[in-house]
Amino acid sequence: MAEATHGLGGLKYDPAKRTRAPEWNVFGALVLILVIFEVLNRMQGGSFLFNMRDNVDAIFNQQRLDIMILQVAIIGIIALGVTQVIIIGGIDLSSGSVVGATAMIVMSFAQTAMVNGNPNPKAIFGDWAMDLPVIVPIAAGLACGLLAGLVNGLLVAYTKIPPFIATLGMMVSARGVARWWSNGQPVSFPTEGYGSLANGDLLGGMTFGLLSWQGQNPAVVFVLLAVLFHLVMKYTLYGKRSYAIGSNEAAARMSGINVDRHKVLVYTMAGLLAAVAAILLTSKNLTAQAGMGVMYELDAIAMAVIGGVSLAGGRGSIIGTVLGAAIFSVIISGFTSIRLDAYYQEMVKGAIIVGAVVLDQWRQRTRTRG
Amino acid sequence: MARIILETRGLTKRYGGVHALEDADFVLHEGEHVAVVGDNGAGKSTFVRQVTAVEQRTAGEIFFDGQPVSFAGPLEAREAGIETVFQTLALADDLDVPSNLFLGRELFRFRLGPFSILDRKAMRERTLEALKTTAVKIPNVDNPIRNMSGGQRQCVAIARTAAFASKLVIMDEPTAALGVQETAQVENIIRGLKDRGVPLILISHNLRQVFDLVDRIVVFRRGRIVASLRKDETDGNDIVSYITGVKGGTEAA
Repeated sequence: MAEATHGLGGLKYDPAKRTRAPEWNVFGALVLILVIFEVLNRMQGGSFLFNMRDNVDAIFNQQRLDIMILQVAIIGIIALGVTQVIIIGGIDLSSGSVVGATAMIVMSFAQTAMVNGNPNPKAIFGDWAMDLPVIVPIAAGLACGLLAGLVNGLLVAYTKIPPFIATLGMMVSARGVARWWSNGQPVSFPTEGYGSLANGDLLGGMTFGLLSWQGQNPAVVFVLLAVLFHLVMKYTLYGKRSYAIGSNEAAARMSGINVDRHKVLVYTMAGLLAAVAAILLTSKNLTAQAGMGVMYELDAIAMAVIGGVSLAGGRGSIIGTVLGAAIFSVIISGFTSIRLDAYYQEMVKGAIIVGAVVLDQWRQRTRTRG
Repeated sequence: MARIILETRGLTKRYGGVHALEDADFVLHEGEHVAVVGDNGAGKSTFVRQVTAVEQRTAGEIFFDGQPVSFAGPLEAREAGIETVFQTLALADDLDVPSNLFLGRELFRFRLGPFSILDRKAMRERTLEALKTTAVKIPNVDNPIRNMSGGQRQCVAIARTAAFASKLVIMDEPTAALGVQETAQVENIIRGLKDRGVPLILISHNLRQVFDLVDRIVVFRRGRIVASLRKDETDGNDIVSYITGVKGGTEAA
């Protein structure tokens, strides 16, 4: 048997008995949910995924897919960071507010000086308004996210207050920053270059088979970041340390891992990813409002938990979160597609989050028993 | 007489008013296996925590490998060559066996600060080698150790110590929670260390085991070392007398 080297000390190892990667279960759930919504739509005479209109030449329901993919992408980018925070045994409740604050600040630097020949009526910096190169708002945005994440990390690592409290404080404060920045006024009219960040086509309006991929830069960025962090979590010291800390912090400390410094690094990474989401979101919408990103932190946590990331820390993966994000988005779009009222949507959303955590607890108990 | 590897002089630890360890003079020679026995709260674990710098001593001196040492933490002690299996297993349940063996001393393909790329293949191979020399039975080293039995997990913890043992191994009740077969396995690992000439401090409640494995027995009572006896000049009853204070007790003097 080729796998004989697995067994040590005379114990035979049966590869068939290997536990299946939990990501496959999440993937199965995704397929199942897609099928359910397709059936429900068919019962109403429509289709969830496929194009039913005769006057449009397409196989898929492009409009719905675009909405779903955009939703997965923006909140999914936040969820990539939240996943890492949860894996080290923490939690980040601030990401939605960090998106809000970053959005306002980024947009101020992205504003164009003249709109249709008149000075920009919304210009934050008034007389100093000028078209700055795109790199300036991007740098400002990343700096915001970095700062917020750094503060979160320092609070959690060095004051030893529970991450729940530390990031709750940041959640409230960052939202305050978002409102204070322009006295609650929206910040609008970005430069053309800034608008094309999310609305342009990195892939040149490429079509993958029958699925057109236009104006989906956020999705492209999401996929790239997901691949990057998948590799980082799986193959680098950063990932190994993250899982070790989430799994047994005392053991990690005793093994010589600088736990505090690593925590700061992970929270900072989450802040940076929230900033990336804010940049793409404002670029897509061409405006920033103080209320942007409200509840995103919970959506992001839900995506991770649905994807099998354990709130107890130490378990879960980036692939799981990507699948969890897909499930989350399919459910939201699915409810809309069967014309379920928005109020019910929120109720069910809450139930799904609780259900995923219950499932995680249950899995944990059966595993330690077995 | 062989070279002295570890010596403590007047080692003392107080927690507030509690004298957990008083004036402990202890010597361990190269290649020697010594058992530390005593009742609960006699100061055995406190002694180990001072030597491995998990805690900082109140007073006294520690000499390791001929040098006076004052480690800032357990990591420094480990880097100096003191490997310890603690009573509470220092293992990460969600990681596989190689990751646990190499926790904090990973091998790399490419160094880039925290984003250094791990050499998973080399770590896996060296893990298999290390486990083979210790004759540990583990069905699949690629599984997270959460799914393993208490004995297998303990064996991983001990294999980790044995694999990297350079100058001194300390085990704090390594078989306390194990079944008969698993205990035998751990004892085999300890004999392997003896054959390799690696010195050992073994904390144990199991006198049968102690007499089976070590050269010398040091008895702690109420924070003090009350006896240090070569195995062949004592017996179980004698040791129990020291542990309970019938013999050599401070109040008896």
